[in-house]
Amino acid sequence: MKLNGKKAEAGERFQTISSYKKYTGRKLFVIFILIFLVLLMAIISINAGSAKLSLYEVVQAIFAKGDEISQIVIWEIRLPRIMAGIIVGIGLAVAGAVMQNNLRNPLASPSTLGISNAAAFGANVAIVLLGAGTVQSQAADAVFINNPYIVAISAFIASMGATAVVLLLARIRRFSPESIVLAGVALGSLFTAGTTLIQYFAEDVQIAAAIFWTFGDLGRVSWQEVIILAGVIGCAFIYFLYRRWDYNALDGGEETAKSLGVNVERVRLEGMVIASLITAVSVSFLGMIGFIGLIAPHIMRRIIGGDHRFLIPASAFMGALILLFSDTLARTMISPVVLPVGAITSFLGAPMFLYLLIRGNKRR
Amino acid sequence: MMLSIENLSFQYPSRSVLRDIKFSIKPGECLAILGINGAGKSTLLKCINRILKPQHGAVYVDKKDARKLSGTDLAKKIGYVSQTSRASRQTVFDTIMLGRKPYIKWDITDKDLEIVHQIIQMLNLEKFSLRYIDELSGGELQKVVIARALAQEPKVLLLDEPTSNLDLKNQLEVVRLVRKIVKEKNMAAVVTMHDLNLALRFADKFLLMKDSEIFAIGGMEVMNPQNIKSVYSVSVKVRTCDNLPVVIPV
Repeated sequence: MKLNGKKAEAGERFQTISSYKKYTGRKLFVIFILIFLVLLMAIISINAGSAKLSLYEVVQAIFAKGDEISQIVIWEIRLPRIMAGIIVGIGLAVAGAVMQNNLRNPLASPSTLGISNAAAFGANVAIVLLGAGTVQSQAADAVFINNPYIVAISAFIASMGATAVVLLLARIRRFSPESIVLAGVALGSLFTAGTTLIQYFAEDVQIAAAIFWTFGDLGRVSWQEVIILAGVIGCAFIYFLYRRWDYNALDGGEETAKSLGVNVERVRLEGMVIASLITAVSVSFLGMIGFIGLIAPHIMRRIIGGDHRFLIPASAFMGALILLFSDTLARTMISPVVLPVGAITSFLGAPMFLYLLIRGNKRR
Repeated sequence: MMLSIENLSFQYPSRSVLRDIKFSIKPGECLAILGINGAGKSTLLKCINRILKPQHGAVYVDKKDARKLSGTDLAKKIGYVSQTSRASRQTVFDTIMLGRKPYIKWDITDKDLEIVHQIIQMLNLEKFSLRYIDELSGGELQKVVIARALAQEPKVLLLDEPTSNLDLKNQLEVVRLVRKIVKEKNMAAVVTMHDLNLALRFADKFLLMKDSEIFAIGGMEVMNPQNIKSVYSVSVKVRTCDNLPVVIPV
């Protein structure tokens, strides 16, 4: 009898731990599927475009063979664009996942701190007041920003300035999530008001350039920007993964996290600064790309749960997949016209998100 | 002594919440903190594990000064369960695994898995181990968060009103479980409670708080009608029923 009891016990232990391992294994599997889908999407995307290249020409061009024009199309236009889509998709999604956790708010996203509004204000200042935007009468691009670097730098300065102000204000209240969200909303509307005033006194060509800037567009990047984006977002991604256990602890509430040895204020401050940095860099180079930071983490939370060990990488690749897919659609839907990718992400994301929301509730 | 509190005081800018608190408990002892709402019971627990930083006084856990320990090292000595637990989208196994957080370097080890499994078994949670905690009942959730605190392998367990949202069966179950584990592992437990009769079943020592100060501390003898009347402003009788002391309001 005793022996049997022991055997049963050993069997049970094996069962609890092994079923847990099976369970985490399934999550890893989902992440691998997502990586595979991103790669697949990248292949589809590199073959799509207004310059009709055959698969053979594309492959040749990738290995720097074939004719010069297709090499330029692949290496200077399509590849940086695809890389930017993957990197920024990853960045916005992980920034969203961390913001939602740190601020204990399902509506938090990379733009919660008013960063996007601040970036738009900075861009408007550059285009209207610093004269970075003009109109060029060419058939393809009617509106033309003649000094994209000034615009990007100005947008970046404004958005990091907004982050600094929000966090300084929140510091007085010991970084309580409510104070951060409310300070972000207030500052965001302040910057929107500033933008409105600038545009009111601007010439119409300048307004056109400014509005054109706010449409997110992956086509604005060259390899140089891709490298900067990859550097910033790569470091941020590693930092977020390093903090994954702290984020899991925060999910149980602030006091619980503190009792587990988490320095809550510090983790939250660092999370906000880094998420804001990702957003500021992305928006400054590419314009506004909405919704990815909100939907990618929520979709993955519904599929694999809230464990940040898996949620952070899964959200990252989901974000990359959504952005890459949206951009490919934006380029091909009514080619050669390229639609603003920000609109496509929302058009695709919102129904998908609503579907998951309703289905998730039914199951319960 | 497993836990010693010396001259501890805590105040918010506008008012003082704890004044000159001192007591100590030995390994294997269960202490119940009793008193009306706002007497400072929860604040005392939070000051012990430095969720709140007391302005004066010291806390010694296992002979170590809590002020000199890092957050992680303190978390290896004190497990804490707050009054309200947030049910997030985490499984029971993952939630208990969080108790291993102070020990985890980069990833969990086989030892962590083994400890979590043992605790799951001890608390009879095998059936739930892969359920999301936001789908559990109040009693189940309470056991899971206590399990998380136990996974910290602490010397001292601090529980803030662990029974206040539970039905009779679960109240008794949780209280018995905590008492059994504290005795078995020679830990010490400090538990705030509202139910005097439950406290009488659970605790070896009673701490009555009134107006931010210790009113009385000691064994069964402090749970007399005079003290209870002074602390709660309610007249009671203390009787014995089947060898169990019972407090009856009159």
